[in-house]
Amino acid sequence: MAAVRTTPIRVLVAKPGLDGHDRGAKVLAHAMRDAGMEVIYTGLRQTPATIVDIAVEEDVDVVCVSVLSGAHNMLFAEIMEGLRARAAGDIPVLGGGVIPDQDIALLKQMGVREVFTPGASLTAITGYIRDLVSA
Amino acid sequence: MDQRHERSEMQQAKERWEEERLRPALDRVERAAMPSDLSQQRLYTPLDDAGRDYPGDLGFPGDYPYTRGIYPSMYQGRLWTMRQYAGFGSPEETHERFAYLLGQGQGGLLVAFDLPTQLGFDSDDPRAKGEVGVVGVAVDSLADMETIFGGLPLEQASPSLTMNSAATVALAMYVAVAEQEGVPAARINGTTQNDILKEFIARGTYIFPPRPSMRLTVDLIEYCTAHLPRWNVMNICGYHVREAGSTLVQEVAFALANAITYIEACLERGLEIDAFAPRLAFNFNATCNLFQEAAKYRAARRLWARLLRERFGAQEPASWMWRAGAGSAGSTLTAQQPENNIVRVALQALAGILGGVQSFHTAAYDEALALPSEHSALLALRTQQVLAHESGAAEVIDPLGGSYYVESLTDQIETEVNRYIARIEAEGGMLKAIDEGRAQTEIAQSAYAYQQQIETQERTVVGVNRFEDDDDPAIELHRPRPEVVEAQIAKLQSLRRERDNAAVRGALAALEGEARGDGNLMYPILEAVRAYATIGEICAVLRDVFGEYRAASF
Repeated sequence: MAAVRTTPIRVLVAKPGLDGHDRGAKVLAHAMRDAGMEVIYTGLRQTPATIVDIAVEEDVDVVCVSVLSGAHNMLFAEIMEGLRARAAGDIPVLGGGVIPDQDIALLKQMGVREVFTPGASLTAITGYIRDLVSA
Repeated sequence: MDQRHERSEMQQAKERWEEERLRPALDRVERAAMPSDLSQQRLYTPLDDAGRDYPGDLGFPGDYPYTRGIYPSMYQGRLWTMRQYAGFGSPEETHERFAYLLGQGQGGLLVAFDLPTQLGFDSDDPRAKGEVGVVGVAVDSLADMETIFGGLPLEQASPSLTMNSAATVALAMYVAVAEQEGVPAARINGTTQNDILKEFIARGTYIFPPRPSMRLTVDLIEYCTAHLPRWNVMNICGYHVREAGSTLVQEVAFALANAITYIEACLERGLEIDAFAPRLAFNFNATCNLFQEAAKYRAARRLWARLLRERFGAQEPASWMWRAGAGSAGSTLTAQQPENNIVRVALQALAGILGGVQSFHTAAYDEALALPSEHSALLALRTQQVLAHESGAAEVIDPLGGSYYVESLTDQIETEVNRYIARIEAEGGMLKAIDEGRAQTEIAQSAYAYQQQIETQERTVVGVNRFEDDDDPAIELHRPRPEVVEAQIAKLQSLRRERDNAAVRGALAALEGEARGDGNLMYPILEAVRAYATIGEICAVLRDVFGEYRAASF
């Protein structure tokens, strides 16, 4: 039997780039809190470097990155690289937003674990995170 | 006495019907109700008309309180303005598009700016990487505005500049071009969105903290009342508040509470209410909830008229008129089964028309997925034309007026919005609500509740949580075009080499001095723009003086 985790799952919800669409990020943060997780929301317009810093300093279990501006390929690449450079490449990164299929494949090649597009259910996302962290 | 007798008879008849006819029918079969922002009855009757005063509460179209429309003839005179997808790209492409539209007699030119421009970053700023020319056109300096508008018949143009935190800079650039083209200031026409408060609570493209932002907002209005009598100084947006997940009542309440904050700031500056109130317009959302949305526009007209006349003492009827455009709610359009969006958009446009708005923007059905194709953009326009010429909705002024249901909704929305605004004010007003993050939290809570309804299937979204099928179409995005980005950056860098840099430094120093003082910043911004200072340089000076806003985390 696997050891049962007693501390709450810590998640960083991040909004890189210039876009101001954070309805999804805030709704997700709320759902994760309701699911008993500890959530840190960065607020808008964070640079990839700041997101990496927060992820490392706050010792989070998962980083969820929301991008709706179309600049995802560049932003995710910088976050993944930054985490690896800080020896934190093992922190799983999830993506969310308006992201085309061919880019989802690209993001997964970069090491992004999963990408959730519009219409994804909150239960599916929180369930995925729980499985990911307890695995 | 007779009336009261009739009323109690009607009440008894209704109760009898409910008990003997309705209840047994529902006991056999009852469908789950659709979640609603407003509490509703199953049936409305003349009982719900009690206490309404026709001349005082409704009146005739074109008459106070404008519940039935702001113009006497409404669509009998002229149809609403059908707004179309705006397009984007380089300043050169924008110019070609506008030349074409003006040639077609369409003066209403919607200028969407890219995110770096909206946030006051030049195209070669590291923070602009990946975002140049993506959601709109990149405008770094007056030179780009000259490319867009130079040589066009600007006296016939009415551009809408979708800028907020740096609206002063965009307006200054447009004024400078119009001057070069020989348009007298008194004839310069157009609109700046200039609604900064909704950026803090809903849309997110803020730069400076709320108070210096308010100063810039009022500077623009003050400048226009003195020099540009035809300019629409502000488009106050409920639209984005609703898109951020608010309820219908919150959409109206926050838009009006923001409007009150602007009005009070302008009065404090010493402006006369009737000098600027007629230049304020609104931009509201339209969801598929046809009757509630139509009632919302009716209620907003009455609320605005009473607010301006009774509270602010405006004398000019033009100040009392709630002029508004509406647009399809992007948040209701789905990436799944995108053709369903054609139906949604048609209902939303019908809601706007039944509600008597002055313009409507129909979204293309594939906007949730891709750059709208020529086909889908045209279909969005055709949707409005079918409504205008085939539905009959434009043939009678305020066709829903007098409906027991819609009049009750209109009253209910007015009451609930007034209550909401009273609470915001009792708690210290919008600026305090923003500082303390309360407005943002209230909207986020509504967004969460809405999403929960979808998760639990209490709310049906066709094709998303019910009636699904498997073949979701592929998403395609607006992508930065490297050649546009490179050309934009090359132009910017050669501008920085070739302009009179001593003049730029002088203008920026003058701007800084004025920003540290309390003068109207439109004037030094106009001077800096004329010297070809870039938007990034101008905003850097203001960032230095005012600081940058950081939203409170939650």
